[in-house]
Amino acid sequence: MQTDSVSLFEILQQWRAAGKSAALATVVSTWGSSPRPEGSHLVVDAAGHFLGSVSGGCIEGAVIDAAAQVMASGKPQLLEFGVSDEQAWQVGLACGGRVQVFVEPVE
Amino acid sequence: MKRTTLARIAAAEQRRQPLMVVTRLVDGAQCLLDAASCEGELPLSAEQLAEARGLLSSGRSSSLSSAAGLFARAYVPSPRLLIVGAVHIAQALAPMAAAAGFEVVVIDPRGAFASAERFPGVQLSDEWPDEALARLGLDDATALVALSHDPKLDDPALELALPSALFYIGALGSRRTHEKRLERLRAAGLGELTGRIHSPIGLDLGGRAPAEIAVSILAEVIQVRYRGGRVETGA
Repeated sequence: MQTDSVSLFEILQQWRAAGKSAALATVVSTWGSSPRPEGSHLVVDAAGHFLGSVSGGCIEGAVIDAAAQVMASGKPQLLEFGVSDEQAWQVGLACGGRVQVFVEPVE
Repeated sequence: MKRTTLARIAAAEQRRQPLMVVTRLVDGAQCLLDAASCEGELPLSAEQLAEARGLLSSGRSSSLSSAAGLFARAYVPSPRLLIVGAVHIAQALAPMAAAAGFEVVVIDPRGAFASAERFPGVQLSDEWPDEALARLGLDDATALVALSHDPKLDDPALELALPSALFYIGALGSRRTHEKRLERLRAAGLGELTGRIHSPIGLDLGGRAPAEIAVSILAEVIQVRYRGGRVETGA
């Protein structure tokens, strides 16, 4: 239960009850100055609507792209972003941290 | 994540019960555990289970050190602020606390005070404080502030709050008001616990307007939540 006034898990239940695909992203490890702690969640629906956060906003775009693949394939993905990573630089994780994000489909 | 797992997490949040989900990152297999049970498609060794329960009891989410590729997510009750007295300061405090991530309940049996017009979007209880607090439960993720200035409302709340697990108890009132309150609580047999009450309430920011006092109260609640213990409350 994070310090959000809206429960992300209630949102996921609402999305699934309405027949929308959904994915759950979770920060599973961090190094250096990562803005969001381990366990932070982001939820995404099939249209790319999202709530929650896994960074200060720098890698959300890439995570949402991965979530679309995860929803299509039904297979989870483990993403890694860091300063030495070309993709991370492109998405702007310039804060000097590294972060691993697990993205899973929601049944 | 399975539908049943999602439902269990949502229900645990609703009931303010701790719950942990352990995920194997290579394939997403999961198990659910609380203090008593462990179930799901991911089997854990006794050592992994013990480490996961240790994390859960401290409310921490982390990879397990006893196994590679297992991540343990702790779901623990979100912080909650119970406000006794639907007064002017409460009108400022309730939305500020909600914005800071607190679940907020305003308790006042006087309908003219605890009205939806005065508290749009805020969870209100028109029960007497002792009834409301018994129903809501006073766990260690919950703070209580008594703001009513009326002993008929504040005292029954404090009498339940003092022996509870609440992480913060604050009461509004001048030094004289507080001295009288302490006398009454001592007479009620709670003398040894009265040191738990933060009064004067709030960090000493110097403000006097209701919204400024609300900021100082919320700041103190947050400080105690993270720094713990009895914190000097200034002048």
